[in-house]
Amino acid sequence: MLYDVQGPRARRRTLVGSIVGSVLLALLALVVAKRLADQGQFDGDLYRAFVEEPQLWTRLGEGLRNTLTAAAYGLVLATVTGIVLAFGRLSTVAVVRIPAVAVIEFFRATPLLLLIFAFFLATPIVLGIRIQPLWALVLGLTLYNGAVIAEIIRAGILSLPRGQTEAALAVGLTRGQTLGSVLLPQAVRVMLPSLISQLVVLLKDTSLGFIICFEELLRVGGQLRQFLHNPIQMYVVIALIYIAINLLLGRLATYVEGRQRARLGQAVTVQPQPADLG
Amino acid sequence: MEAVVDNLDLLLEGFLRTLTLTALAATGALCLGTLVAAMRVSPLLPLRWAGTCYVESVRNTPLTVVFALAVFGLPKAGLGLTFFQFALLALTLYTGTFVAEAVRSGVNSVAPGQSEAARTLGMSFPQTLGLVILPQAFRNVIPPLASVFIALLKNSSIASAFGVAEATSRMGSLIEDNPSAVLWLLAAVALGYVVLALAASLLLSRLERSLAVAR
Repeated sequence: MLYDVQGPRARRRTLVGSIVGSVLLALLALVVAKRLADQGQFDGDLYRAFVEEPQLWTRLGEGLRNTLTAAAYGLVLATVTGIVLAFGRLSTVAVVRIPAVAVIEFFRATPLLLLIFAFFLATPIVLGIRIQPLWALVLGLTLYNGAVIAEIIRAGILSLPRGQTEAALAVGLTRGQTLGSVLLPQAVRVMLPSLISQLVVLLKDTSLGFIICFEELLRVGGQLRQFLHNPIQMYVVIALIYIAINLLLGRLATYVEGRQRARLGQAVTVQPQPADLG
Repeated sequence: MEAVVDNLDLLLEGFLRTLTLTALAATGALCLGTLVAAMRVSPLLPLRWAGTCYVESVRNTPLTVVFALAVFGLPKAGLGLTFFQFALLALTLYTGTFVAEAVRSGVNSVAPGQSEAARTLGMSFPQTLGLVILPQAFRNVIPPLASVFIALLKNSSIASAFGVAEATSRMGSLIEDNPSAVLWLLAAVALGYVVLALAASLLLSRLERSLAVAR
């Protein structure tokens, strides 16, 4: 609440401000449009392929399928890794806990691209096997997102009331059983919105695959624009595809969060950390 | 191991470039993000709308696509810049959205009584925002901003694929020259990023402590 309900004078000022703001924004848009028009970027030829060539969409569809495949493998493996690492970090045994902390902190602080390179460049030289770009990408995504998801799950488990742990231990469950069958199912439910948000990050990060020649959406777009000569139009289309998918996922996260809040009658969801922006 | 020691100057030069890119993009993103956050909380509907459009579209686009659009698209619009400038532009635009979201949630986290009191004293909207809300919001916002800037540091590695000779790109060419030292080179560069990220988070948490006020 940064301002009161506006009176007549303030309303007039707001109206004037809005008009001035709109004019400035319109001018900016006009300058950009003029620049693009001067360079012939509104030429019909640059757009024709999108309408007249069904093959273009077939190719983009293949790229999108590869993107989604990598994201799906990454999500499953990263969630498993995340659960293991979170349990490790919550362990009471120092021999387990300290390595888990080190692994989580290291992979969170390393650029994802470096991890992907590590699998792509190092495995042929060190192990003598050439792994497919898809698996280099998936393994990189798994390590980085696994570390991030571990922290999300840990936050979820720590946000649960202590009584849950105490009751589980009191009825004779071991610590492992307490974590696995009492705390984790509740934590996953609490953390579901954050996990879906992390999926957005993961999906965006699959586009790093183009650097190691994995044929995902961005790389296919790059190949197509090389003989259509329309980088602006091509990359805008690709951006729109990503935006549509991610907005849907964002909506889903908000919906799940709202449903939980309604069911539990309180705000128990822990906000996703802004750190997770790969 | 020798490959790392022998080429230490090249790697350090790469990290210097990484740091320059990160620092410049962080400054730009901070200005841009604050401006957009102010637009999104203002009573002026068109500005709010424009701010929302920018944040929602760029934040949901992969950084690599933003890079590709800048590096391959802008020259077609008659904008010829160096690779470093393109990288700076892409990183600033992308990180600006996350800064805007962090600042906006910071503004929303300031107790409503603060703005009510400021309004009661007769302060205008810019005064309320500039003198009362933003100074407090920035304090709340330092921990999320720290994460945003550390992510920016890591994201700057993507510039290596778009012609900027920063740390990751130096590592790539050194691995080509010394394939047997691949693990050492990877470890050295990863360590470099971890050290930089740790240093940044220490610096920012000190800043947070020094700005903290008793409440």
